[in-house]
Amino acid sequence: MRYLIPLAVFAVMVIFLGIGLTLNPREVPSPFIGKPAPMFALPQVADAAKTLSRDDLKGQVSLVNVWASWCASCREEHPVLLQLAKQNIVPIYGLNYKDERDKALAWLQRFGDPYTASAFDPEGKTGIDWGVYGVPETFVVDRDGVIRHKQTGPITPEILEKKLLPLIRQLQATPS
Amino acid sequence: MMRRLLPFLFALPLTAQAIEIRHFDDPDKQQRYERLIEELRCLVCQNQSLADSDADLAQDLRDEVYTIIQSGKNEEEAVKFLTDRYGDFVLYRPPFKVTTALLWIGPFLLLAAGGALLWRQVKRRNTADDLALTDEEKKRLERLRNNLEG
Repeated sequence: MRYLIPLAVFAVMVIFLGIGLTLNPREVPSPFIGKPAPMFALPQVADAAKTLSRDDLKGQVSLVNVWASWCASCREEHPVLLQLAKQNIVPIYGLNYKDERDKALAWLQRFGDPYTASAFDPEGKTGIDWGVYGVPETFVVDRDGVIRHKQTGPITPEILEKKLLPLIRQLQATPS
Repeated sequence: MMRRLLPFLFALPLTAQAIEIRHFDDPDKQQRYERLIEELRCLVCQNQSLADSDADLAQDLRDEVYTIIQSGKNEEEAVKFLTDRYGDFVLYRPPFKVTTALLWIGPFLLLAAGGALLWRQVKRRNTADDLALTDEEKKRLERLRNNLEG
């Protein structure tokens, strides 16, 4: 009995701290899950005369990937995005965040362009509206333009296979 | 030499701030702005406030807060702008909710538990037999009493 209480306290602490160790402190839960994607209308990276807006996302399940030429982790996930784009499963829209047009274009030319279109957001205002705090970030948007999932940090093949693709397929299967 | 330099040491600002120069049309607004950015958390350097952080995003968010306050809106609107986008995470003082209840009440619960434990210990010690006199002490008390009376 004498040792039981300290032991129980110790066990509870171990459980709490153990759970704490498995969590990622960099991952901030997005308040947008289940909510309509924030409004935006920006010129496209490839052609300033064309705009990309929230309405373009509607009618199909899509990915919105926040990227920049200065972002090192974006290069890390880039092959995964290229691969995904080749498979033609889901359109990938880019949000080019706090970048310069020349550099962004050069980056796409050099490493390949997986995007159906990329919106150009040099001041990062749309980024703030979408709650972006660490590039790359990827949002899964359903047919009605509602955000269903947010991936913070680079997409790895494992995350794509285990999390994103099952969700995308599920969303594509449900009628709007 | 040292003694003469000492006052200057204390004159140094204790917190270095990564801050732009802002112009407000009203000193009250400036105060509100400065208080706000101290209380909001930077998402990039998560252990720094918006006021302390040198991150690019912190600068952008300070811009947003500045614009909101300067336009005459109140603090709640600035806070709402940020929590709408980044969630309660940006607040160093999170609101009281079911999910944050343990965070808020936890310390008091621990204090109460500690107090109860201490209370029990003290009470047990008071009633414990080590306070009761041993036979030897009783005899001694008896002798002292006899001496006083006799």
